[in-house]
Amino acid sequence: MTAPADRRSWFHLAAAIVIGQLCAATAAAAPEGGATVAPEPAATVSFDLVLAAERRRTETIAAAAETAVAIFAGAAGGGSGVLISPDGYALTNFHVVQPAGIAMQCGLNDGQLYDAVLVGLDPTGDLAMIKLLGRTDFPAAKLADSDAVSIGDECFVIGNPFLLATDLQPSVSAGIVSGVHRYQFPAGTILEYADCLQVDAAINPGNSGGGLFDAAGRLIGINGRASFEKRGRINVGVGYAISSNQVRNFLGVLRGGRLADHATLGATVATSFDGRVVVSDILESSDAWRRGLRIDDEVVALAGRPVRSVNAFKNVLGTLPAGWRVPLVYRREGRPTEIVVELAGVHTTAMLADIISGGRGKPAPPGKPGEQPEPRPNPLAQKPEDLPEAIRPLYEPRLGFTNFHFNRVELERVAALIAAGSGRAPDEQAADQPDAGRPAWTFRGRLEQGGSFEIELADQAASISLPTGVSRWEPVAAEAGLAAEAGFDASPPGSGGMLAALTLWRQLLRDGMASSGRMIYWGQQPQVGAAGELVDVLELTSGAGRARFQVAASGTVVAVDFLLSPTAEPCELQFRFAADQSNQRPTAMVVQHAGRRFATFLIEEASP
Amino acid sequence: MTCSVPLRPFGLLLLALLAQQGSVFAGEATEPGAYAAQRVVKLYGAGGIRGLESYQTGILVSPAGHIVTALSTALDSEAIDCVLDDGRRYPARLLGADLTRELAVLEIDGENLPCFSLSTTTPRAAVGSRVLALSNLFGVAVGDERVSLQHGVIAACVPLRARRGAHEAAYRGDVYILDCTTNNPGSPGGCLTDWQGRLLGMLGKELRAEPSGVWLSYALPADELARGYEQVLSGKPPVDPGAATAGDYDPRLLGLQLVPDLLDQTPAYVETVLPESAAAAAGLEPDDLLVAVGDRTINSQRALRQELARLLPGDSIRLSLIRAGAIVTVDLGPLPARPEPATAEEPQ
Repeated sequence: MTAPADRRSWFHLAAAIVIGQLCAATAAAAPEGGATVAPEPAATVSFDLVLAAERRRTETIAAAAETAVAIFAGAAGGGSGVLISPDGYALTNFHVVQPAGIAMQCGLNDGQLYDAVLVGLDPTGDLAMIKLLGRTDFPAAKLADSDAVSIGDECFVIGNPFLLATDLQPSVSAGIVSGVHRYQFPAGTILEYADCLQVDAAINPGNSGGGLFDAAGRLIGINGRASFEKRGRINVGVGYAISSNQVRNFLGVLRGGRLADHATLGATVATSFDGRVVVSDILESSDAWRRGLRIDDEVVALAGRPVRSVNAFKNVLGTLPAGWRVPLVYRREGRPTEIVVELAGVHTTAMLADIISGGRGKPAPPGKPGEQPEPRPNPLAQKPEDLPEAIRPLYEPRLGFTNFHFNRVELERVAALIAAGSGRAPDEQAADQPDAGRPAWTFRGRLEQGGSFEIELADQAASISLPTGVSRWEPVAAEAGLAAEAGFDASPPGSGGMLAALTLWRQLLRDGMASSGRMIYWGQQPQVGAAGELVDVLELTSGAGRARFQVAASGTVVAVDFLLSPTAEPCELQFRFAADQSNQRPTAMVVQHAGRRFATFLIEEASP
Repeated sequence: MTCSVPLRPFGLLLLALLAQQGSVFAGEATEPGAYAAQRVVKLYGAGGIRGLESYQTGILVSPAGHIVTALSTALDSEAIDCVLDDGRRYPARLLGADLTRELAVLEIDGENLPCFSLSTTTPRAAVGSRVLALSNLFGVAVGDERVSLQHGVIAACVPLRARRGAHEAAYRGDVYILDCTTNNPGSPGGCLTDWQGRLLGMLGKELRAEPSGVWLSYALPADELARGYEQVLSGKPPVDPGAATAGDYDPRLLGLQLVPDLLDQTPAYVETVLPESAAAAAGLEPDDLLVAVGDRTINSQRALRQELARLLPGDSIRLSLIRAGAIVTVDLGPLPARPEPATAEEPQ
């Protein structure tokens, strides 16, 4: 629900306007019914209210209008955007930048044109991130909690309808929130609007990508769609905006220059005869299946939100990026069970690549031998040398990414975070330094379930001693001059690869991004065990293994997820810290594997 | 006919002042939109083809489950589904229709349902009043999802004088003209309230001016709604909504009783010719098949009614018909004026 302050201002305005009308209606009839008040003192108060409300509104709009971006893409059209950070990151729609390409020109209401470069794309969610260049003090809108928006709340839309802002002054339209948590089917496109906001403020062609603001001037959505049907492409009081909460879920992926994909459970749901939402089909390759979900199970909640209709299920799922791990509650024979499932992606990399080149997400059919299909002209796959000089150093194409340059930017940012978190410069010890002289890390303590443990982590070996036995791991020796591939294994047994996860963790903390393997900035995920908090995630691919590191805002690595192979069950390692500790020295480790707790390690002694 | 002055101006002022302190309403339903939304239902019937929607909106007007809605082809269905604000689903029956006001009354088997109470003495809202419109527009809300809420201003309160060929509407009484687009697919039968959530009227059907292509957003005032509701409850038999196409000219005024109009394109066969009528004088006979009005051909009874409606009272009528395999042309003389619809002329 909206904060009481907003609610009051809504009533203030409503009251003020009603009173204003009454004052204007001099020919008012005698009152009916009993309730009367003396009109004159009230009228005096009311004009102050009117003026105050008016002033608040113009001030709010003036501040918000500074963040509005007019996007011009020459003959390809254009649209709107909204700045969300002082260093120039701005949000817009995928369908606005798709024809515009990598480089574009953007206008702000200060009358200046700025060069801008494409950063990240979420084609399924119709979102895009661009970066305006040339300033570090751009006015920025603040993302609000769109779940706190209620039907009837005031809102306003700022943008570039019909590309009218040739003088760079955006247009403003006001209205109310007509509906929340709306689900809009992908209509003739792949663009699904899940859990979106519906408003009656005018959203016209050209408003796409611009901001939807609440009465306090906070960003609650990105405008992008409207119901038109038989009236032609003009507003009929029914517009839709991608909710700011969905935007927030994708911010990391977008800032990291990735090509975002949306999540699928690997299962479909339907409404049963008695109105429950039940699993109607499920892939046996899905994580949900591995965690025990079956056909006819009733889905009760997903990602912490209740599921009471098929639309509600699609609403929740449609706001989540592929790869997120979320709780799911299902009910079977009256008994509820909570599981945590990793969500797969809706598309393959090839499908996404086809979508951004204007296709419908189907890989090109194989051509006849010797026949090269005519490639579709794709403004989003420009050669760097065709770009304006200012943009060229900021663009790096790579398969599966929108613009890999910005992945490097994020990697550097997180590396600096980690270094700050451990109180060390990241380059203090280069990775290619010989092993000699680098002490092993040891941890001693007891297990929560009883018994003691000892862990030793060195550069080329790791071991763990448990009440059940001792496990040791060493990388496969380098063969014939090839670089040593870390041939990880799943030791200790039952953990899914805890020693490998810890070894990679130590490597990251010691060597920063110079760890062996390919490191990318993956995006953000909710922190394990901390509801709602989004943390940065790094992904390291090394051989067949894959590790994901969750890095909190303090720079502390709070969790490691290790997959021995793409089809294996992950080893989920979560660190716990004392309240005042942020120097990467955990006080406990919790290890999960295959949906079960492997062990909880209470650390009593650590060195160095 | 003009509209009356604002409703209870001082009472409203008091409400507004109290509302601003948040003390008039308490709890979730205090929000005017939420209060009204609990009294609005989503209706699903027939249609879904050629721009005819199969869904619309209705307003609960009795705790036992009477619903008023706009008369439309969507109701021309054996099964009408009604979904309440809380997601409960009921089958609805058509109790009857008021062809003049183009409203229908449905019934569901409810108990203690939230509802508006209709009154024929509901004062008209002033021009310039800010209003809320709630409807099942575009069918975007399903199940327990709340209908859409829009805002606007009453731009005018004027009789809906549908000039021939301009708008198709039987109703000639006062309507509120709204400055916002409330005549979207699914909106007909929606609810118009003031900013305290009190019922002001019912959203009208989708009306479009043929020459200009302009769509009109209007609402039937609550007092007219109450009269229509009372008329339906007064016991008149249910009316087949299929026969209730607005604005048509009834050929019975010429003395022509056609075969029952059961199909989309029922041919215009004469069943009986009323005695001492224009048709009798012109020599029309049972089993004549009417095929043209003037020089415009017709292929159905509906087309006949529409073509007749294009004529002005006093225009001369020439009908072409097929009798025993031959085309015959007859003149019926001047078109009789239709009786004025029974709009309630209240002393203002």
